Amino acid sequence: MTESGTTPMVEAINVHKRFGKNEVLKGITLTVAPGEVMVLLGPSGSGKSTFLRCINHLDRLNAGELRVDGSLVGFRESKGKIYEQKESEIAADRTRIGMVFQGFNLFPHMSAMQNIIEAPTRVLKVNKKQAEAEAQALLEQVGLGDRGDAYPNQLSGGQKQRVAIARALAMKPKLMLFDEPTSALDPELVGDVLDVMRKLAEDGMTMVVVTHEIGFAREVGDQLVFMDEGVVVESGDPATVIANPQHERTKAFLSKVL
Amino acid sequence: MIGILIAVLVANAAWSIATESRIEWDIIGKYLFSEQIFNGMKMTLLLTVIAMVMGVLLGIVLAVMWLSPNPVASSVAWFYIWVFRGTPVIVQLLFWGFLGAIYPHLSIGVPFGGPEFFGGSANDLIPPFVAAIFGLGFNEAAYMAEIVRAGISSVDEGQEEAAAALGMKRIQTIRRIVLPQAMRVIIPPTGNETISMLKTTSLVLVIPVSDLLYQATLIYSRNYKTIELLIVVSLWYLFFTSILTIVQYYIERHYSRGTKRNQPPSKIEFFVKHFWPHRSPREEGGPPMPGPGSRQLGG
Repeated sequence: MTESGTTPMVEAINVHKRFGKNEVLKGITLTVAPGEVMVLLGPSGSGKSTFLRCINHLDRLNAGELRVDGSLVGFRESKGKIYEQKESEIAADRTRIGMVFQGFNLFPHMSAMQNIIEAPTRVLKVNKKQAEAEAQALLEQVGLGDRGDAYPNQLSGGQKQRVAIARALAMKPKLMLFDEPTSALDPELVGDVLDVMRKLAEDGMTMVVVTHEIGFAREVGDQLVFMDEGVVVESGDPATVIANPQHERTKAFLSKVL
Repeated sequence: MIGILIAVLVANAAWSIATESRIEWDIIGKYLFSEQIFNGMKMTLLLTVIAMVMGVLLGIVLAVMWLSPNPVASSVAWFYIWVFRGTPVIVQLLFWGFLGAIYPHLSIGVPFGGPEFFGGSANDLIPPFVAAIFGLGFNEAAYMAEIVRAGISSVDEGQEEAAAALGMKRIQTIRRIVLPQAMRVIIPPTGNETISMLKTTSLVLVIPVSDLLYQATLIYSRNYKTIELLIVVSLWYLFFTSILTIVQYYIERHYSRGTKRNQPPSKIEFFVKHFWPHRSPREEGGPPMPGPGSRQLGG
C-alpha cells in the first residue's frame, strides 16, 4: 500500500512498449511502495519481463511515464521539457537498481569474487580491499562464504544465481528486479535461491519479482499483479488473489500452475 | 591405382629436378645463411610483427566503432573497411610509397588551412619503411575488424545486459566483459592472419623495402641465379610459416577445448606423437592454461 506523502519506488503510468508492430505492453499502470515486494505473474508472452526490463531501461518504453524513486527512467526533465538521457546518465541511474536474470549472466571469465567486485570498483570507484570485504559479507549472506574463488562453471545453477544476487546487491541498490530467477534451476535448487530472496524481503528491500513460484508469491509478496497480453488483468493482496481470483484469465492461469 | 600413379609422377619430378635441371645446389647452400639474406629476414619478421600489432589494435577499434549505436562511428568504420578490403594491398603499398607525388607537403595543424604545428615533405615523413607499415597495417586492420566483430557478436547478449544493469558503460563493458570472452573466437583466425602476413610482407619490394625477397632479387640481379635464390627465399618462408602453424595449432587446441570432441588427429599431432611418444597432447590434455571455459573443477 502506498501511503500518501511518500515517494513510490516504482510508479508506472500507462506504459506502452512495442517491438516493431507487436505491442507488448498496452498501458501498464502500477505502483510499488518503498520496502514492498511486488510479484508479477502471468503466462509467457504476457509482457511481464518486458515491463521489468523497462524499469531499468534495458528496454525503452514507447509511451507513458515510468519513475523510479521519483525520477523518470531514461529521460531527463528540464524546464518543463523532457530529454532523452545520455549513456552516462542512464548508466548512473542503473546503479540504483539491481537486476537478477533467469540465465544468471555471471561473467564466466571471472571468479565469484571478481564478479561481485567488478562494478563497485569500476563504476562506484570503491577501493579493492573494501569492495572485497563487502563482497565476502555478501557471499556469506547468500550462503557461499567459501566459494569466492570459484568460477561460474564450477558452481551449480542455484549457487550461480545466489552469486548473481550478491553481485547485484554489491551496488547497494534501492530496488531489486528479479526476472524469473528460479526458472532455469533444477527443482531441488530452487529453495536456496528463494530463501535468499525471502531474507532480502524481510530486511526491507524493495523488490519486483517475475516468477511462477506461487508459494513464494503468497508468503513473501505484498502485492500480486497478474498480467496477460500486455495489460494488468488483476492485482491485490497475493493470498486473496490466489485463493479467490476474480477474472477468468487469472482463474485459468492459476488452475494450470497450482 | 591413383595413389601409385601420383607417387610415380612425384618421384619422376624429383628425379628430374635433382639430375637433369641446371639448378646449382651449392649456390642455394651458399646463400641460405648469408648475411644479406639474414638482414632481409629480420626486416620481414619486423614488418610482420609491427603490421600485425597495428592491425589487431586498429581492428579492435574499428570493430567497436562498427557495432557502436553511434551512426557516425559505425559509418566511418564501414567506409574504412569497404575501402581497405576492396582494394589490393599492393596498390595500397604503392599508394603510401608514392604519396609524395600528390602531397608534396604534409602537416599537422588547425584544419582547413589554419596554422601548422608540424610538417615536412611527404617523402621525409613517410620513408619506405613507414610506407610499408602503413600499407600492411591499415590493410590488415580491415580484416582484423571483421574477425573482432565476429568475436564480439559471438558473446551472449546476456553478458552485456548484466554489465549494463550494473551501471557499466558500453566501452567499459566491451573492454572488461565482452572482449576477454571474444578472444576464443578471435585468436585462431588471428593466427591465420599472421601466417598470411608473413608472406604478404614480400610485396613491399615494390616500394622498395629491403625484406627477404627484395634482398634475394638484389642478389640474383647480379649473379642471374634467379631460381636458386627463389628457392632460398621459399625455404625461409616455409620455415617460419611452419613454426607459426605449430604455434597456432596449440593455441587453437587450447581455445577449442570443451567445444570439439573426437576431432581427427591433425598432421602436426601425428608428428608430435611420432617424435614425442610420451608427451602426446591428446593423452595428457595439454598444460593447464587460464582462459574462458578451460578451468577445471577445484582449480
